[in-house]
Amino acid sequence: MIAFNKYYNHFNLLSSILIVVSLLLLIFKGLNFGIDFKGGTLIELRASDTKINVSSLRDRFNQMDLGDVSVKKFGNDTDFLVKFENKDNKKNIIEEIKASLDKSFGNNYDFRRVENVGPKVSAELLKSGVIAISLSLALMLIYIWIRFEWQFSLGAILALFHDVIVTLGVFSLFSLEINLSIIAAVLTIVGYSMNDTVVIFDRVRENLRKYSDIKIFELTNISINETLSRTIITSATTLLALLAIYLFGGEILKGFSLAMILGVIFGTYSSIYIANTVLVRLRVSQKTVLREDDQK
Amino acid sequence: MLYFSKLRILFITIFSVLFILIASSNLFKFDDSFFDKKINLGLDLQGGSYLLLEIDNEPVIEQKLQNLTTTIRNYFKEKNIKINNIKIENQNIFFNVIDNDKQAVLDVFQDENSDLNPYYPRFKSHQLEIEDTGLNIKVNFSKQGLIKLKTSSQDQAIEIVRRRVDEVGTNEPNILKRGNNRILVELPGLDDPMRIKSLLGKTANLTFRFVTNDENDRFGVENLKFENSLEEATVSKRIIISGENLLDAQPKMDTQNNQTIVSFTLDRVGAKRFGKATSTGIGKKLAIVLDGKIISAPVVRDTIASGSGQISGGFTFQSATDLALLLRSGALPAPLEIIEERTVGPDLGQDSINAGMIALAIGFMLVIIFMFVKYKFFGLITNVTLIVNLFILLGVLTLFEATLTLPGIAGIILTVGMAVDANVLIFERIKEELKDETNNILAFDGGYTKSRTAILDANITTLLAAIILFFMGSGPVKGFAVTLGVGIFTTLFSVYFIARLFTSIYVARNKDKEKLI
Repeated sequence: MIAFNKYYNHFNLLSSILIVVSLLLLIFKGLNFGIDFKGGTLIELRASDTKINVSSLRDRFNQMDLGDVSVKKFGNDTDFLVKFENKDNKKNIIEEIKASLDKSFGNNYDFRRVENVGPKVSAELLKSGVIAISLSLALMLIYIWIRFEWQFSLGAILALFHDVIVTLGVFSLFSLEINLSIIAAVLTIVGYSMNDTVVIFDRVRENLRKYSDIKIFELTNISINETLSRTIITSATTLLALLAIYLFGGEILKGFSLAMILGVIFGTYSSIYIANTVLVRLRVSQKTVLREDDQK
Repeated sequence: MLYFSKLRILFITIFSVLFILIASSNLFKFDDSFFDKKINLGLDLQGGSYLLLEIDNEPVIEQKLQNLTTTIRNYFKEKNIKINNIKIENQNIFFNVIDNDKQAVLDVFQDENSDLNPYYPRFKSHQLEIEDTGLNIKVNFSKQGLIKLKTSSQDQAIEIVRRRVDEVGTNEPNILKRGNNRILVELPGLDDPMRIKSLLGKTANLTFRFVTNDENDRFGVENLKFENSLEEATVSKRIIISGENLLDAQPKMDTQNNQTIVSFTLDRVGAKRFGKATSTGIGKKLAIVLDGKIISAPVVRDTIASGSGQISGGFTFQSATDLALLLRSGALPAPLEIIEERTVGPDLGQDSINAGMIALAIGFMLVIIFMFVKYKFFGLITNVTLIVNLFILLGVLTLFEATLTLPGIAGIILTVGMAVDANVLIFERIKEELKDETNNILAFDGGYTKSRTAILDANITTLLAAIILFFMGSGPVKGFAVTLGVGIFTTLFSVYFIARLFTSIYVARNKDKEKLI
């Protein structure tokens, strides 16, 4: 048996620091919103001429008066991602850009993807993204409230917040782009983290009923150990699948799979070191579950 | 938990085989009359264009209010009530009447049978709201009135958009309403949406009006620019004929001076009016105005009674074709703005499919190897279950003709990763049971029973997340929600029926063996 409970305090401290740092990052550095949420235009471009590179593209685009332009390599040496604000929301902007690029590069490039999100739509997408995440947290809260005692709910929700905030914190730290698929990833993380926590909690409650003489501090450790191989195997297979997406699923899914990988790691960690410690700190005992059983 | 009746085994087998067949119909071509359902590929996988259009209703509202002022004036004139100082400000009509008439006017607007102000009994609301501000009387559209107006202009616009898109002849376009002022256009396989965008961006409001020098024209005048030059001309607001009077329009080559022109045919009313106007207006210039710009303003040389004519204006063949198309499909009730556009080229779509499939294959292999190494025989059972699960999932998607997107493929891979969870929960539980229980059958049974709540909880939480994503997400993300959500059900089915069936057969044959798992 591994003594997970020996490190409860250490990891609680670590998590608190992580959460505070993430919140500070989110407040002061902010998130790098993609065009889905900020509005603007994105062009994925493939070049067939080595003359076309990040700096020559940047020069060309900067001459076009498009506002803030960012040019990046995308995956391999011939693919580039160009993003700009398109502040005035010009109508025929793509045609103008094509004409301008034709002048410098001839026909040696190809637009593989064009996305243009107006300010109204991006504001709505952001709003619905925030609503979706809040709604999912609320639904999880309600679900766990119905299924478990309030101490458990609190533990699970704290673990959830931890996972979401720290994942977003990592995105902020490395200025990784937040787009629609990241919202999908965050929601899935919420589901996964909850799933992981609930499996351990299920066991904690079962053990609470079974043993009246073991303190919650010990009991959580027993429960974690009993479910440990399941936790490891499920996390491992999920991570293997995600790793396959990250490495082979193409550039478009990179951000999504990275967010999910982080979320699975944090989710697994938090169900052990946050959800359970909440039970310990709230001094959950056999009475907690038995009282509830009586009511039912 | 381990007992299966023969009937149930039969049912599980038929069900699984059926879905495997359905899923494989995406790979092999079956006879269409027998089964023609297929998983649709999203625009991000097959390439194509997604356009979200917003109808700008402001001009429509302005126009309606403008018409309304005339209607109000005439309506009360018949009743010998004089309307004074009528004007439009900020989408409100203001006017004055003498105090003695005030009540009568208010009554007309508030009468449920009023023909001036239609009443919608279903919403218990009039089209217009009236208010006596003391200073004057204020009339504006009620909330319901505005909604009606918006939905009706949306209905008209979607019809015109459909006609224009159909005329260009793209592959299976998808044109849908969004809210009450938006239209979603999905154009699969369209690599370069520029032409469609420019066609949808035009209102195509065509009018024929005389150029005039008379500033005091009874209908009012306006200065309009020419389409191809900076010149301006003063044009009467009186409309001789408009786009509505057109029966047909076609691009043509004018053989005399080698110009591309658009020839048109008018309906009976239009022909009559056109004939009359051209007979009285010989020598005058007739301006052909499209969306507030003069295309050309030829001099009328003869009476045109045939009801057909032509527009010249320095067209290329392409621009003449487009103008004819716009004229044939009719004018939009209001301008459209493209507020969101996403276009994916077909080669990027193919690359995404390839990458997604490779990731799926590798993810699948990794999970299968991992499970086999970890659980040996029971790993094999899990793996068979996984494969069947994947087929059932694809089968369900096929049956509902769901749209598969790139995030959707990610959802399938993720399902593969998470699907083992239920089996692992069960196997781990069985292992624990076997510590105190020597009877294999009882231990296995206990493992299944005792792991049930945890499995249920775990799947419900993921399902909740998927449901929210489905309703809140858009486009590709929705595809992810679908595969993730459907994956939960197929996983539960395959774990509780297929894997359990194999397990029970194995346990029944080896019930006296030790260390079964």
